[in-house]
Amino acid sequence: MKNTGTSAIHPAVVKTALFLTAAVIIFLLPQVFRSRFAQSILNQMGIAVIFALSYNMLLGQGGMLSFGHAVFYGLGGFMAVHGLNMVNNGVVPIPTELIPLVGGAFSCIFGLLFGLISTRRAAIPFALITLGIGELIASSALILPSFFGGEEGVSADRWTGVTLSGLDFGRGSEVYLLIAGWMFVSVIIMYLLTRTPLGRMANAVRDNPERALFIGYSPHMVRTIQFTLSAFFAGIAGGLFAINYEILTAHTVGMIPSAEVLMMTYIGGVGHFFGPILGAVLITFLQLFLANITHAWLLYFGLLFIGMVLWAPSGISGLIMLHEPAWKAGLFKKLLPSYAKAFVPGFVLFLGIMVFVEINYHLSLSTDPQSPMSLFGLGFKAQSPLPWIASIVLMILGVLFFRKAMTGVREAWDEITRLMRKGKADG
Amino acid sequence: MHMKKTLFILFTAVLGLAVFTSPVPAQDTIRLAYIDPLTGAFANVGDAGLKHFEYMAERINENGGILGKKLEIVPFDNKTNPKESLIQLQRAIDQGIQFITQGNGSSVAGALIEAVNKHNKRYPDERVLYFNYAAVTPAFTNEKCSFWHFRFDFHVDMKINAITNFIKEQRPDIKKIYLINMDYVFGHSVSDAANRMIKEKRPDIEIVGDTFHPLGKVKDFSPYVSKIQASGADAVITGNWGNDMSLLIKAAESAGLKSDFFTFYGGGLGTPTAVGKAGKDRIYQVIEWHNALAIEEDKPEDEKFYLRFQKEYAKDSALEWYYGRIRTMMQMVQKAFEEAGKAEPEAVARALEGMTHETLYGTATMRAEDHQLNMPLYIAKMVEQGTHDAKYDVENTGMGWTTVGRVEAEDVVMPTTCDMKRP
Amino acid sequence: MLEFILFSCINSLLYGLLLFMLSSGLTLIFGLMNVLNFAHASFFMLGAYFAYEISTYIGFWPALVFAPLGVGVVGIFIERYGLRSVHKYGHVAELLFTFGVFYVIDELVILIWGRNPVPYEVPGGLDFTLLTIMNTNFSAYRAFMLLISVAMFAVLFFVITRSRLGLIIQAALTHPETVGALGHNVPSVFMYVFGGGAALAGLAGVIGGNYLITEPAMAQNLGPIVFVVVVVGGMGSLTGAFVASLLIAALQTFAVGMEVSLSDLLALWDVYIPEASGIIEDLLRIQVSHTRGMLPYLFMVLMLVFKPKGLMGTREE
Repeated sequence: MKNTGTSAIHPAVVKTALFLTAAVIIFLLPQVFRSRFAQSILNQMGIAVIFALSYNMLLGQGGMLSFGHAVFYGLGGFMAVHGLNMVNNGVVPIPTELIPLVGGAFSCIFGLLFGLISTRRAAIPFALITLGIGELIASSALILPSFFGGEEGVSADRWTGVTLSGLDFGRGSEVYLLIAGWMFVSVIIMYLLTRTPLGRMANAVRDNPERALFIGYSPHMVRTIQFTLSAFFAGIAGGLFAINYEILTAHTVGMIPSAEVLMMTYIGGVGHFFGPILGAVLITFLQLFLANITHAWLLYFGLLFIGMVLWAPSGISGLIMLHEPAWKAGLFKKLLPSYAKAFVPGFVLFLGIMVFVEINYHLSLSTDPQSPMSLFGLGFKAQSPLPWIASIVLMILGVLFFRKAMTGVREAWDEITRLMRKGKADG
Repeated sequence: MHMKKTLFILFTAVLGLAVFTSPVPAQDTIRLAYIDPLTGAFANVGDAGLKHFEYMAERINENGGILGKKLEIVPFDNKTNPKESLIQLQRAIDQGIQFITQGNGSSVAGALIEAVNKHNKRYPDERVLYFNYAAVTPAFTNEKCSFWHFRFDFHVDMKINAITNFIKEQRPDIKKIYLINMDYVFGHSVSDAANRMIKEKRPDIEIVGDTFHPLGKVKDFSPYVSKIQASGADAVITGNWGNDMSLLIKAAESAGLKSDFFTFYGGGLGTPTAVGKAGKDRIYQVIEWHNALAIEEDKPEDEKFYLRFQKEYAKDSALEWYYGRIRTMMQMVQKAFEEAGKAEPEAVARALEGMTHETLYGTATMRAEDHQLNMPLYIAKMVEQGTHDAKYDVENTGMGWTTVGRVEAEDVVMPTTCDMKRP
Repeated sequence: MLEFILFSCINSLLYGLLLFMLSSGLTLIFGLMNVLNFAHASFFMLGAYFAYEISTYIGFWPALVFAPLGVGVVGIFIERYGLRSVHKYGHVAELLFTFGVFYVIDELVILIWGRNPVPYEVPGGLDFTLLTIMNTNFSAYRAFMLLISVAMFAVLFFVITRSRLGLIIQAALTHPETVGALGHNVPSVFMYVFGGGAALAGLAGVIGGNYLITEPAMAQNLGPIVFVVVVVGGMGSLTGAFVASLLIAALQTFAVGMEVSLSDLLALWDVYIPEASGIIEDLLRIQVSHTRGMLPYLFMVLMLVFKPKGLMGTREE
C-alpha cells in the first residue's frame, strides 16, 4: 500500500472513494441477485469476511498461527442465540441489530482468558495450544448440553419484535442489510486498527519480539490484546451467524471452521489487508457452489490449496499487488500478451485435469458407471477410451505449452523490471 | 488502487454468471429434494440413501407416477452440516421444490424442522413439507413436533420399547444388562429409556453398567469390553452407530465376550463389512425390514424387489437395500398425494395425518397427534449365510440375518407429549 | 476389579505402542524439520489400504513388508517434490502444504477404494485365541501387534543410536547448522526421515487397519492425538514420544473405569448442590470417564503452558 506520490489526488481521498464505491456495490448486490440461494451465499460471504479478517489480525498482523479460531466464532454465536432467546422470553430487550455485540463481548472475555494462556510464545507452541483449546471446546460442546444444546444445537427466532430500524428481519434480504452493515463497520474498524500504535506493535512483535521487548513492549501483552480483539470480531461474525441461520450447533466450534478460516485467509493472502476479504469471498463461493456441480469438489479444493502454497504463497492479494509497481508505471499492458499466451495452455491443462478427475469419479462413485455422463453439454460413456485419451492429451499439451508460455511471462517481467529501473534512474 | 475495483467488478460478474445458471423447474414432475451428505465423511451413507430413493422413484414412475406426473428425486449435498443444510434448503425452495426429505443427523433434522416452521410462517405461499426417514431424536415428535414434519423412522423410545418388550416376552434367561452408548444427547436418551423400561418391565434384571464413551473418538474399545466382561452381563444394549458400533463389536470378538448385543444400527450401512465374522451370533438389531424376511414369511414379490435393487443399483458393491421404511414412506407419500389430489404441502400433510397403510409385514399408521409412524418391528440376529432362512448375505460378507422375534405395533408405540399447532 | 486393572494394563500397552508407532516418525520430522505434518494420519490410512490391496493378491505377510515400503516411497516423493520447494516460504507454508496433501490423499483414497469400509481382515493364521485369563480372551493377533511394535521400537532405537544416518539425525536434531556445515546433505537427510516416518505410520496402518476399521475417514478420525504425543514427549525426542504414548494410552484407558463425577466428589465432604441447573448441573454430572476424549488435549495445553519442552525434549521450538 505504498504511495509513490505520482498520483495528484490525495491517497485518503482515493481510499474513501473506494470504500464508498464498495459500499454502494455491496448494498446493491441483493437487487441483482434475487434468488434465495444467492442471498444465502451473500449472507455467508459477509460473515466469512469478518471472520477471515479477524483471523488475519492473528496470522497476518500478529504472526500467530491459530488452529482454534472457530472457538470464538462459535462461542459468540451460541451466546448470541441465547441472547435472542432471552429477548424472546422478555428477559432483556436487546434490539436484534445489536445482538452481534453480545456475541462479540462474550468471545472477548474468552479471548482474554485464552490469550493470556496461549500467547506467551508465538509460532508452533501457540499453534499447538490453540489446537488443544479448539479440541477441548469442541468436545465439551457435546457434554455441556445446557449451553451448547447437545447434538441438535440451540435455535432461536430472530423475529423478536425488538428493533432499532423497524425491520423485523423475517426475510433474508433484511438480514443481508444487517450483515452488510456490520461487515462494513467491522472492516473499517479492523483497517483503522492496523494504523494504530497497537497494530504497529503487533507487526513489530511478529517480526522481532526481542527488539519489541527491548523498547519496552511486552510481546505477551501485545499479543494478548491483539488476540482478544481478534476474538471480539470473530464473536461478531458468530453473532451474525446466529441471526442468519437462527441455529447454532457444535459444528460451529469444531475443527472444520477453524481450518476453513485458515484456508480463506491464506489463499486470500496474509500480507495485505484486503487479502482475507478476497479469500473469504472466493472460498465461500467455491464451497457453496462447487459442491453443487461436482462431487469431486474436495479434491479440486485440495489441489487448489496445494497449488497456492507451492506457487503463490503470498496468496491472491500478493499476486495482485505484485503488479502494483508495473500498473503505476503504466507498464501493465506489456505483461498482458504473455499472460494471454500462458492462459490458453493453462486452461487446456485445467480442462484435461478436470475431464480426467470427472471420468474417474463417475466410474468409481456414481450410481451407475455404465450410464453416459455429460461434461460441458457433451455426453459420453466413461468406459470408452476416447475421453481418457482426450484428457491425457490435453494434460500433456497443457503442461508442455504452459511451461513454454511461462518462460515468456518471465521474459516479459524481466523486460518490465529493466524498464522500471531505467525509469527510476531517469526520473 | 483501481485494480482492486476492477477485480471486484470482475468477481461480481463471475458470481452473477454462476448463480444465474440454476435449472428451470419442469412442470410435469413432482420433485422431492433429498438433503443429505453426498461428499465428506458420511457421504457413503447419504449416497446409499439417495440410491434407495432413486430406486423407489423408478418403481413409482414405472407404474404411472404420482397424479400422472413423474416423481423426480433432486439431490442436495449438505455435508452433514446444519448450516449447509439450511443453505441447500434455500436452494431447493429457489427451484420451486416444496417437498424435502432428510435422515442423517439429528443436528441437521432439528435445524431443518426449525427452518421449515419459520419459512412456512414467513412465506405462506411457498410452504415446504419435510419427510424424515432416519433422524430418531424423540423430541421431534414430542415437544418439538411440527405440522410440517413427518417421521417414518421409529424414535429412540420406540426402539427401546420394542427391545425391552422382546426381552420381557422371549428372553427370560437375561438377568444382567449392560448399557454402553455414545456420550451425546442421543446416547443419553437411549440409556434413559432403557433404564426406565427395563425397571418397569423386568424388575428382576440388574443393570450392571451404564457407560458413555466419547463420540467417534475411541479407537480401541478393549477397555470398555473389559468392563463389560467384568460385569458378567448377559446382554448389552447400545445405540452406537458407524465406527463406534463396528469397533465395539470387533473388540468384543477379540476378547471373546459372549454377551448378546442389542443394537439400533448393527445392520447399518458399512457395519457388516467392518465387523465381518465378529458379528456372527452376537449382533441383534431392531429393524422394520431385513433381507431374510421375504424368505421367512414367503413373500416372493419382496424378494424380487430386493434382488432387483441388488442387481441394478448395488451391483458388486457393498451397498444393500437397507431402509425398508423408505419403501413404506414413498408408498404412503404417494397415497397422500393421490388423496389430496394436488401436490400442495398442506393438503398432502392433512392426507398423511392418521393414514393407515398395509405393508407386506403389517399395518403402518401415521399418528395424527405427532406425525410419528408406527408399525411392527423385528428383532433380527446376524447369522452365517445359508443357516436358518438367511438365503442372502449382506454386503458380500457371508453373513445374513434371521428373525428371532416380532414386536407388534402396540408393543412399539409410545405416548406423545406433542401439542400440534395446525395452520 | 483385578481383572479390569490387568486388562487395562495390557490394553494401555497395546494402544500405547500403536500410538508410538504413529508418532515416532512425526516427532523426528518435527524435531528435524520443524514441520507439523498434518498428512501423517494419511500415511497411516494409506498403509492400511495398501496392505488391504496387497493382501488380496499375495497375502498378509508380503503386505506387512511392501505396504510400509510403498507408503515410505509416497512420503519421499511428497518431501522431494512438494515440501522441499515450500521450505523457503517458512513453516506456515510447509504446514499448510501438508494440510492440502491431507485433503488430496483423502479424496484419492475415496476415488480408488470407494466410500465404504473395505473388508481388510486379520490373517487366518493369527485369528485364534492365544490365551484366556479370567474369562477374557487374548487373541493371537493382539500378541502379534505387541511383538511388531516392540520389534519396531528396538530396530528404530538401534538405527538412531548406532547407524551413521542415525547419528547424523541426532546431530541434526540439536545442531542443524553445524551438520550442514560439516558437509552432510541435510535436505536428503530430511527426505529419508520424512519417508521413514511415513513408512512407520504406514506400518501402524498395516497392523492397525484390520484390527480397527479400514475406511476413508480413518485419517480424519485419528485426529490430532499424535500431536499430543509429540508435544508431551518433547519435540524430536524418541524416548519422550515412547513414554508419552504409554502415558496417554494409560490415561485414556484407565479413565474408562472412573465413573466419578464432581457431585460424587463433593458428596465426600457432604457438600450437596440441591437445585443446580443449567451449566452447573452439566458440570456436576460429568464423570471422569466422559472426559476420556478431552484429557489428552488438556494435558497438552497444560504441558505447553507450564513445560513447553515436553517431558524429554531439549528445545522449545
